[in-house]
Amino acid sequence: MPSPSILRFTVNGHPAEVPCAPQTVLLDLLREQLNLTGTKRGCDLGTCGCCTVWVDGRPTLSCLTLARLTDGRRVTTIEGVSPASGLNPVQEEFVGLGATQCGFCTPGFVMTATALLRDHPHPTREEIERAISGNLCRCTGYTKIVAAIEAAAARSP
Amino acid sequence: MSSNGGPGPYRILGGRIPYVEGPLKVTGRAEYTDDIKRPGMLFGAFLRSPWPHARLVEIDVAAARALPGVYAVLTGARYPTAFGVLPITHDEMAIAVGKSRYIGDIIAAVAASDEPTAERALRAIRVRVEPLPEYADPQTGLTKVAEPIQARGLAGSNVQKEVVQHFGDVDAAFAKAAASVRVRGSFPGVTHAFTEPMATIAEATPDGRLTVWSSTQVPHYLHRALSEVLGIPMHRIRVIKPEVGGGFGGKSDPLPHEIACAALAIETGRPVKVRFDREDVFLTNHGRHPTQNDVRIAADPDGHLLAYDIDAVIDGGAWSSFGTVTTYYNGVLAMGPYRVPNFRYRGRRVYTNKPPSGAMRAHGGTNIRYSVEVGLDELAEKLGLDPFELRERNALAPHSTTVNELRITSTSFRRCLASARERSGWDSKFRQGPLGHGVGLGCGFYISGSNSPIHFTPKMPQCTVHLKVDMDGGIAVHSMQADIGQGSNTLMAAIVAEVLGADLERVHVIRVDTDVSPVDLGSYSSRVTFMMGNAARRAAEELKELLIKAAAELTGYPKEQLVVGHERFEVRHRPDVGVGFLEAVHKAIERRGALTATGAYNSPPMGGSFKGARAGTAPAYSFAAYVAEVDVDVETGEYKVETVWAAFDCGRPLNRLAVEGQIEGSIHMGLGQLMSESMNYRGTRLLNPSLLEYKILAPQQMPRVECLLVGDDDPEGPFGAKEAGEGPLVATLPAAANALYDAVGVRFHELPITPDKVVRGIERRRKEGRAWKGA
Repeated sequence: MPSPSILRFTVNGHPAEVPCAPQTVLLDLLREQLNLTGTKRGCDLGTCGCCTVWVDGRPTLSCLTLARLTDGRRVTTIEGVSPASGLNPVQEEFVGLGATQCGFCTPGFVMTATALLRDHPHPTREEIERAISGNLCRCTGYTKIVAAIEAAAARSP
Repeated sequence: MSSNGGPGPYRILGGRIPYVEGPLKVTGRAEYTDDIKRPGMLFGAFLRSPWPHARLVEIDVAAARALPGVYAVLTGARYPTAFGVLPITHDEMAIAVGKSRYIGDIIAAVAASDEPTAERALRAIRVRVEPLPEYADPQTGLTKVAEPIQARGLAGSNVQKEVVQHFGDVDAAFAKAAASVRVRGSFPGVTHAFTEPMATIAEATPDGRLTVWSSTQVPHYLHRALSEVLGIPMHRIRVIKPEVGGGFGGKSDPLPHEIACAALAIETGRPVKVRFDREDVFLTNHGRHPTQNDVRIAADPDGHLLAYDIDAVIDGGAWSSFGTVTTYYNGVLAMGPYRVPNFRYRGRRVYTNKPPSGAMRAHGGTNIRYSVEVGLDELAEKLGLDPFELRERNALAPHSTTVNELRITSTSFRRCLASARERSGWDSKFRQGPLGHGVGLGCGFYISGSNSPIHFTPKMPQCTVHLKVDMDGGIAVHSMQADIGQGSNTLMAAIVAEVLGADLERVHVIRVDTDVSPVDLGSYSSRVTFMMGNAARRAAEELKELLIKAAAELTGYPKEQLVVGHERFEVRHRPDVGVGFLEAVHKAIERRGALTATGAYNSPPMGGSFKGARAGTAPAYSFAAYVAEVDVDVETGEYKVETVWAAFDCGRPLNRLAVEGQIEGSIHMGLGQLMSESMNYRGTRLLNPSLLEYKILAPQQMPRVECLLVGDDDPEGPFGAKEAGEGPLVATLPAAANALYDAVGVRFHELPITPDKVVRGIERRRKEGRAWKGA
């Protein structure tokens, strides 16, 4: 196995230096080495979206991203978009409107939706559905997830 | 948090109550099994059989054991005790013994310092096998076979269970019928596709105890199976259920990997984690049985149903799992929501060398419901009746008994029909849209908790809830009921708060931990709201008594005059005289210390005296009438279900947010099975064990869902409630299939209904010169 080198990147606004083997994927680095377990492993194949994080602000599947490719870049996880206390508007609407059931897909949806509303504060329903089409949810039928994102959008200035 | 009350007499219940774990889940702080690490933890991995059916002649693990970083290698010889969720059909092994029975069967287990090392060890294991005949098709297993997959196959065949029932006189009924229909339904296997792959951590400690964290719907059954297979008394095993990322029945058996993980922990003396990848999940399966059913329905000239005659052959895969129940359910769950005076059923569940089938949401009731409801649509057409009219004429009456002696108490099925008909605009749409546009009706019912607990001690409660209140005034709720995302923790907290007049934030539900949680049988058979709800209410009533007594002492009024207020106890008609919640708690604690209370639920005796009479008995049933509206592109066969009007009788909905969530999620799952989901095999080899190739519906494919909650209070349900977890699924599939018929004039008896089938059906109809809607 090739020996690890040092990965230097920014995680949730804080600079970090982590030993990183060439084959390590970002999901494993975050969960196993940095204990950022809010990012979930659902399929390892880029099909479910549970592992969605941001790299330089863009929603990215961390299970398909070699950790080394994030050298010098900004990685944001669900822990990074959650306020120290309380919730962000997307999170508030997810809770209030029952858009979580088992919750395993939820961090990925929050990452996708928060980025969507940052870039497009007032998306159409079609734009919301397209944005979340890479995130699978087996509990909700997406109904309340779409409703929560719409409600959060309605709060955008 | 106390102002969510909806219509109705209750302060909290009946409203839209956000899930209590919501803030943890949206921030990634909810803890699932794979999020847990233990000091010195090893990783477990399994060697899965590449052979569909083979005698294990020799398993040489010496090279694997010798690898650095490998702590243990186990084969089935170490713990050869068979287990299974049903005590009558133990035929599953933690690690295969003697034979491998499907591609994916676990034949060795490794614990190593990390996962790559464990994988290397698996590759170093040498297995010598003698291949055995491979059985892919249940039809070939119905009679004597050369090598039965399991020793318990009936008369040397691969039949695991045969059910034969006959009530009334079916042949006589068909002889005098004015009309009859026959549906030969064909259903491939489908699977749960929950998002969280299974994971288990086990730790054996020097005090002789074993702790197991696992993603399970049934902590109690897991607890039993661990004890039976490992030979450790239950009181020395502790099962903890962290958050569970969905189950839908896929985590409702004790599973081999859970027991094998514990065996590795015992062997190594170190904590061991096992976590599945998606292929492991597909190979573990326990999903809905591939099914061939043959349903004949007879009616008189007025559309009164005379008889059902049903045959079902269901593909069980390699093990029994819940299969005996499934075999019964594929017949008896046809017996509502209509009165059917004559009923004959033959069901056979057959072992094959495929991943085991088991319980999946609306277990045993989905495929038979499809064939019945599609058949009724055809029958209505033959008789010249509106599909609603046919159902109206046959609806089971409240407080009636079916011919197979199922006790029906509350049913608002007629209200479901009326509501779906009116809200969907049925009368101006049915057979009136253009070609490619249609509406369809599908109905259903489902058990609200199985009346029969599936362990050997039916006199013990099916659910117990404990409450504890100490000086801080917080109400801790303990129960083994397993929240897997459906919101049962929220409901349990809300019921306790409702009874005690407390704010919801005062109540906290303690994570399932068999060391402290009293037994509940788990999340399956849509039992939790009904059984836990009653137990929680009784526990809270007991606690209320203690607090009312304390309030009586403090106010000087007799306790009969004290009532529950909001966060206080007050004198009836004198709300100005009373004491606060915490004051009452402190008074009550003075003499007895921390307050504790217990509530339990056991369903009443029911069912006939014939063999299998308990199958399908439940303390209540949910009812449904769904209308689906569909748009079909007649050139490509692509279609979209645009809207579903879901009229549902769950008694009194206690948390509207959760009931709607269950209905919406059920429709997603039901339409997935209808439109695209299928476990595809070449022989016994599963071809699509990934979420890329096994297609669940995307957001764009979801219909608009209108939830119409029309139930009357159930006499025995907690606050009048019944189940809403599984019944909402069954009506979905036939409603959409019948809408497709209205749209394009083609009947589909084989799922999934993919666009190519739609196009072929339309072409066939054209070639036969049978115009539909003028085209």
